Amino acid sequence: MTLTRRQVLAFGAGAAAFGIAVGRIPAAMATPEDVKASIADMFGGVEPQSGTVALNVPEIAENGNTVPISVSVDSAMEGDDLVESVTIFADGNPSAEIATFHFTAMSGAADATTRIRLAKTQNVIAVAKMANGSVFMDSREVKVTIGGCGG
Amino acid sequence: MASAKPRVKVPKKASAGDIITIKTLISHKMESGQRKDKEGNPIPRRIINKFTCEFNGAPVFSCDLEPAVSANPYFEFSAKVNESGAFKFTWLDDDGSVYTDEKSIKVS
Repeated sequence: MTLTRRQVLAFGAGAAAFGIAVGRIPAAMATPEDVKASIADMFGGVEPQSGTVALNVPEIAENGNTVPISVSVDSAMEGDDLVESVTIFADGNPSAEIATFHFTAMSGAADATTRIRLAKTQNVIAVAKMANGSVFMDSREVKVTIGGCGG
Repeated sequence: MASAKPRVKVPKKASAGDIITIKTLISHKMESGQRKDKEGNPIPRRIINKFTCEFNGAPVFSCDLEPAVSANPYFEFSAKVNESGAFKFTWLDDDGSVYTDEKSIKVS
């Protein structure tokens, strides 16, 4: 049986979908590829550009249980220049997604701060979706001394 | 943890058109579902999965939370105020509980 390139790709996509479906197995970690896939999935294949969104994280987090992070997006938050949402991903946590912030014109400024758990040293990624459909991304590495997964 | 206690900080007054900063904190374990108890049984997940902030009934800010958000989830965000009114904050728990808090602001 010879496989065409198309069949191989279709099989690969199916296998990936299956992997996501059974991906709830504990101790399975997200990988940078998973993050890329979920970003592509979530934002309809729009390639994220750099700039506009700024992610502020500590370079070294002593305690992975509470890592302060903040994001801000350069936007007037009026008319067409509006940020719809910012999603935070981590590529070495049990699940890639961390949180999604939704903004409105009443937010005034698209910035948010929270505290997150990081299992190990890894990249934290912020992806901002603008009302006009463009997508921006920022990524920072955080070195974690003590992981935050407990157990 | 039956009593999740929300705490919210909103300025008491502001000028119209100001962008104010709101800080919220709620005491909650945010059990991730990844941990195991002493016998090795997984502890079921129980987190706050959604947080919303409304001003006079209109949405201002909301957040979808995953287990990777720390215990006692803390948020700091902005809001633009043009009139006096009340902020309403809502936290939704995995077990169906809803925690709310309200803060009013005077705008001159």
